[in-house]
Amino acid sequence: MQQLTHLDRLEAESIHIMRETVAEAVKPVMLYSIGKDSAVMLHLAKKAFFPAPLPFPLLHVDTTWKFRDMYALRDKVAAEPGVELLVYKNPEAIERGINPFDHGPLHTDMWKTEGLKQALDKYAFDAAFGGARRDEEKSRAKERIFSFRDRNHRWDPKRQRPELWSLYNVRKNRGESMRVFPLSNWTELDVWQYVLREQIEIVPLYFAAERPTIERDGLILMVDDGRMRLEAGETVVSRKVRFRTLGCYPLSGAIESDAVTVEDIVAEMLASTTSERQGRAIDRDAGAASMEKKKQEGYF
Amino acid sequence: MNAPADIHAWLAEQQYKELLRFITCGSVDDGKSTLIGRLLYETKQIFDDQLAALESDSRRHGTQGQKIDYALLVDGLSAEREQGITIDVAYRFFASEKRKFIVADTPGHEQYTRNMVTGASTADAALLLVDARKGVLTQTRRHSYLAKLMGIRHVVLTVTKMDLVDYDRSAFDAVVADYRSFAEQIGIGDWHAIPVSGLNGDNVVRTSKTMPWYSGPALLDHLDTVPLDADADVSRPFRLPVQWVNRPTQNFRGFAGQIASGTISPNAEIRVLPSGRLTRIDRIVTADGDLKKAVAGQSVTITLADEVDCSRGDVIVAAGDPPQAADQFEATIVWMAEDELLPGRGYWMKLGTQTVTATVQHPKYEINVNTLEHLAAQTLGLNGIGVAEIATDRDIVFEAYDDSRELGGFILIDKLTNATVACGMIHFALRRSLNIHRQHLDVSRETHAQLKGQRPAVLWFTGLSGAGKSTIANLVEKRLVARGRHTFLLDGDNVRHGLNRDLGFTEADRIENIRRVGEVARLMTDAGLIVLTAFISPFRAEREMVRKMLPDGEFIEVFVDTPLEDAEKRDVKGLYAKARAGELQNFTGIDSPYETPESPEIHIDTMAMSADQAADLIVQELDKRR
Repeated sequence: MQQLTHLDRLEAESIHIMRETVAEAVKPVMLYSIGKDSAVMLHLAKKAFFPAPLPFPLLHVDTTWKFRDMYALRDKVAAEPGVELLVYKNPEAIERGINPFDHGPLHTDMWKTEGLKQALDKYAFDAAFGGARRDEEKSRAKERIFSFRDRNHRWDPKRQRPELWSLYNVRKNRGESMRVFPLSNWTELDVWQYVLREQIEIVPLYFAAERPTIERDGLILMVDDGRMRLEAGETVVSRKVRFRTLGCYPLSGAIESDAVTVEDIVAEMLASTTSERQGRAIDRDAGAASMEKKKQEGYF
Repeated sequence: MNAPADIHAWLAEQQYKELLRFITCGSVDDGKSTLIGRLLYETKQIFDDQLAALESDSRRHGTQGQKIDYALLVDGLSAEREQGITIDVAYRFFASEKRKFIVADTPGHEQYTRNMVTGASTADAALLLVDARKGVLTQTRRHSYLAKLMGIRHVVLTVTKMDLVDYDRSAFDAVVADYRSFAEQIGIGDWHAIPVSGLNGDNVVRTSKTMPWYSGPALLDHLDTVPLDADADVSRPFRLPVQWVNRPTQNFRGFAGQIASGTISPNAEIRVLPSGRLTRIDRIVTADGDLKKAVAGQSVTITLADEVDCSRGDVIVAAGDPPQAADQFEATIVWMAEDELLPGRGYWMKLGTQTVTATVQHPKYEINVNTLEHLAAQTLGLNGIGVAEIATDRDIVFEAYDDSRELGGFILIDKLTNATVACGMIHFALRRSLNIHRQHLDVSRETHAQLKGQRPAVLWFTGLSGAGKSTIANLVEKRLVARGRHTFLLDGDNVRHGLNRDLGFTEADRIENIRRVGEVARLMTDAGLIVLTAFISPFRAEREMVRKMLPDGEFIEVFVDTPLEDAEKRDVKGLYAKARAGELQNFTGIDSPYETPESPEIHIDTMAMSADQAADLIVQELDKRR
């Protein structure tokens, strides 16, 4: 008999988590950030509920500063039959013109953390899927698959519910909500292997290509549009680069690479000596506890 | 590890890795963090930037001097790093050439039971650490017992810090001999001992020349061969707990769920439990086309040959080998909340995809996890483990935990706070309800009611002390008697002088108080009476318990709604003053909560109407129900 492989088991667990959420939550939503993890999560959701269309909408909490390639894939996904995509932009951030150049950590706080909370409140979603994995970061390693949030969307690491077997306690009072992480037990390598096995479409930025870049604070940044502000002495140089994680383009560090296929990416990853979040300026704000603090404030 | 020369071949091979989940048991002193750090490092799960962060953290908070403190890698939260404690279960990942591993890493302090039980619930194996210098300790026994309790079948006895005993064989042999007798005692049949040094990496990933007397595999090689629970599940009878009904159109009705055990193919005969309806599998539907066969562990969607009733919570099973359904069980319970178990209270019980109301009896005994002694117990507190009987409000489909984790393990959820307060493992069903036959009565409750010319009911007055429950109930009874009704008023204070003289005002006693009153009220309705009760009855769960004792429509909840400040202002009996002065404990509204009824049949706002008006309103409502 053909045994289930580790990818089969991860897939089955993720599907079980999604179905459990849909069965017990009042109004679920899937956070769609357009990255590879979102792509895998969306693919799993389609499998979980086949032949029915997705029983929840996708929500993109937009910062207006994503890469153009990301918006292109997002709009393509939104056009698929059976997919409903909601895009939310924090109106206050729009009004105040919040951007990564002038506002530092406020950029992430206003667009992402506040934007997310506003969107969840606006639509009264009581369960939100996120693509976070436990291997990404220390505080993630200790977060539950079903992560309870209070009325203010706060995470309290000391009051987490014990999570046994595959029994998830989805009960909550009005106004409280759940963040649900179906990819909790996946690693970066698992995600790439699954992308390869299932032929999942991902943003081309993950593959190496000649791109206009600058170097700043030890990061290689891509000049994706005319809004990129160059500082004195910076010049745009064409480099063959790709990205391990994607976010706002002025905050996402690229790596120099020749990887043009998923196989190449995996080969590079195995030879690499840095973790994938290393290229993210966003994690550096508050030292070791950066992500934990953001999560307590309501970030994913 | 460097990138393989042929990435295509390597990736193709990686597709077929197995998945093993295991738990690590032991404290930092046993060298656990060092060992895990070593495993992660050697299998290349720690990257340079993480190592750099670890080095800087080690200098700031570490306990290993200039060396890297791997404990900091394991203790994820800043709250923990600052206080040098570990508060939770962390999951780590690494892989060998053959398997992917998910490690549940649990800290070894006083919260140990709760965390270890959580981590062990999904584990195939336990990595049990013993310091070669200290030998088998009380905590080794405790960890082994908890592993066995949670159904872990394979223990890897990892004897650490061999470098500190000069790789001496006799130290290792002594630990093994000690453990052998203990393992036999508690019934751990499958275990294997490995001597290691996490610090130097001996026998961790590669066998070491430092211990030529050890001929077994290195730790990682052994983990590659530990049997997987999933393989055993496949050979058991088919069980599919239904999670969600997939009904996109009128023509398609699929039942989605993760197969708990066994295998299934189209045309197989199945039964839907608890109804017992028999039919066949029609299709196994996936986005990649229909399957000819599906096995334990897979999440599937199946369709059935006949249109039978089937919804979330039902279990689709092999027709010829179905599990039992029952409503009373004996189970081991592990209590995980600060608030202790309240025997008799209704909790949500989740087992598989079934959610029911369950009540737990007083434990038969509590287990001392250090000595394995059985102790007498009235309840269970945080990290308490005991054996108790459990009753559910309807039949659930189950199997003994020893046979099936999926259909034998459950959690209990507090109905008010929604916290997960306990987990449990079912031993067997109690057939008590079948063995104790109720006395058959020739004169039925219908006869009693007809003779009195009325429909029996319980008017359940609930509200704060001093809200006016007894006053209004008295007025209602007078009006009913004047109209020739047969009634009886059960008043809180009076009952406490007789029937419930032995009960105090703790939460547990208040629950028992209400249970007894509920039973008396039910007997009186059997006699055809209209019963009025006036009890604070502060907890929603107990009022619902009484509601369920009675036939539909006979429980009428009357919420006498008076704001606390007004009830306290009236203070007819002077009780609020005493409670405020600290002379009365557990007084509702002061230091004990009142849970407001969510949808009472009758809502009396005492600020808006007099007691007489309230009584008239209640009599009118009762008339509507005749």
